[in-house]
Amino acid sequence: MAEFIAYLIAGIATGAIYALAAIGFTLVWQTSQTINFAQGEFVMLPAVLILLAVKLFGLPLWAGGLLGIAVFLLIFGAGFKLVVVDPMIKHGVLPLAIATMALSIIMKEGAKDGFSAEAQNFPSLVPTEMINLLGASISLQHLAIILVAFAAIGLLQWFVGGTRLGRQMQATAQNPTVARILGIPVERMVLLTFLLNAALAVVASLLISPIYLAKFSNGETIGLFAFIAAIVGGFNQVRGALVGGILIGVADSLAAAYISTQYRLAVPLVLLVAIILVKPEGLMGRKEERRV
Amino acid sequence: MSAPAVQNSAAPRRPARRIDVALAALVFGAMVLWFAPVGMGRYGTYVLSLWLVMSIGVMGLNLTLGYAGQSSLAQAAFMGLGAYAAAILTTRYGVSWYAAFALSGLLTFAVGLLLGFPALRVRTHYLAFVTLAFSTLIWLLIRNEQWLTGGVYGISNINRPDFFGIKLFGALEFHRFVVVVTLILSLKLWWLVRSPWGRAFTALRENPVRAASLGIDTRTYTLLAFAIGSAYGGFAGSLYAPLVEFIDPSPFSLSQSLFLLLMVVAGGSGYLFGPFVGALLGVVLPEWLRFAGSLYLIIFATIVLALLVICPQGVCGLIERGWHALRRKTGGAR
Repeated sequence: MAEFIAYLIAGIATGAIYALAAIGFTLVWQTSQTINFAQGEFVMLPAVLILLAVKLFGLPLWAGGLLGIAVFLLIFGAGFKLVVVDPMIKHGVLPLAIATMALSIIMKEGAKDGFSAEAQNFPSLVPTEMINLLGASISLQHLAIILVAFAAIGLLQWFVGGTRLGRQMQATAQNPTVARILGIPVERMVLLTFLLNAALAVVASLLISPIYLAKFSNGETIGLFAFIAAIVGGFNQVRGALVGGILIGVADSLAAAYISTQYRLAVPLVLLVAIILVKPEGLMGRKEERRV
Repeated sequence: MSAPAVQNSAAPRRPARRIDVALAALVFGAMVLWFAPVGMGRYGTYVLSLWLVMSIGVMGLNLTLGYAGQSSLAQAAFMGLGAYAAAILTTRYGVSWYAAFALSGLLTFAVGLLLGFPALRVRTHYLAFVTLAFSTLIWLLIRNEQWLTGGVYGISNINRPDFFGIKLFGALEFHRFVVVVTLILSLKLWWLVRSPWGRAFTALRENPVRAASLGIDTRTYTLLAFAIGSAYGGFAGSLYAPLVEFIDPSPFSLSQSLFLLLMVVAGGSGYLFGPFVGALLGVVLPEWLRFAGSLYLIIFATIVLALLVICPQGVCGLIERGWHALRRKTGGAR
């Protein structure tokens, strides 16, 4: 039982990180029909950029962190929208999705060639100690991840639902034409969504990199799981992405512990196929009307 | 009075002539490639053959993406299925390569149907998600089931087939064999695309709603396009195995599937010759970019990204656009 709780907590922790990535994914999908296949690389890169800034300029960690995050937000928040999404969106969903695949290759190979092909240590912000909870030894780091991730998601929910700016953003996502008529600066709102997506990726990156180290290939699994989380939860729901992320994280952790480490990756995939077959709109999703 | 008559007689002739151009280009290209590797050495010949084998895989994906408008993220996994099926059947069970080739095609066709049926039942872009999952699952199977696939050590000593008693062990002989197989497969596809089937595929891509209202059973046609495309992946894989003579899981990963998809787009999706151009960029370009080392992937992806932004129809679309512009210019001058 104690063992089970430990695996459960670990699963929720990684799941919360997948949820962060999945939420960014759905936000971007909602406002601009972008299926971002580079989402995993978005989570991989901030940690790499921070370490790179520290290495190149000899900065202290906090300054390198700020620089890395600023550069990331600029290029992969604003730049991604202006350079890749804006010129592509008129060609339709598919070419844009393929463009993000190309982007993911560029990011991955760029991190490998520009930074390192080896996994690098990333400093943890909380002590890596174990504490005893109900007889189970639980890593303090996992608890911190859960805390930070949920705080970030709570903050986001408050922003989207409780502030004027957030509501404008939501209106843009739901119906851009009407939003424009109501005087909402739609373009600026879309840009804001991309910045939020990048910011969520930064948070996820800072949380996951101390555990999985900073490595160019990390994005593959994170991206796949975030993607699955978004679909399982419901493609058009922030709430769904959260549920999907936690579910995938827990399923993965328990599968690794009790089924097979070799096939741990298969369990979320099977979950994905099952959801597509049984409830294609996702666990929390609404049915989308067919567009003619 | 004579002007409209000339126009009328010219109009129906043009499509017929254009088709012949495509056919002639295919046959001519095969003839050039038959003799091309003379004096190129073993490695150059190998790269040429690899280009053609990849082209077959990309061709299949082009049918799925370019003609039926579906994205499959599992073409490399289908190639893997074909390659492992051919390798296991020929090395372990002594099955002739030709039978293994046919079986690989059948296997991947069946798997395509099985995979596509539930996915397309839902909504079109779910095929991308299902194939994404499938591609990772296949990779896991190949890597983990050592008793069957040799795991990370792969399968080595895969024999090259005979051709009516002629041994194809040499690089040049096998290259010519690949040329013939590629020609047959691309002719088959050329025929398919201009048959009523192919017209239905194109109708699907252009406007699925209208196609459905014209009585085309869109789901069946989409499913068939995907299954046939997957079978081409299987064919490519079963040629790949004897070409390289050694297979391991790495060339059949998810990222390779994405890479193949990028090749389709780079060459020009929906163009008969797009796959050859795309595979040229994906397979031969790295050889030219040797000096850049591992940067070639970045260069390739950047080219694709730039192409997508400037001209989503790929290199073939770019050529077509340039050709039209040129014709308009000369027409205006006259």
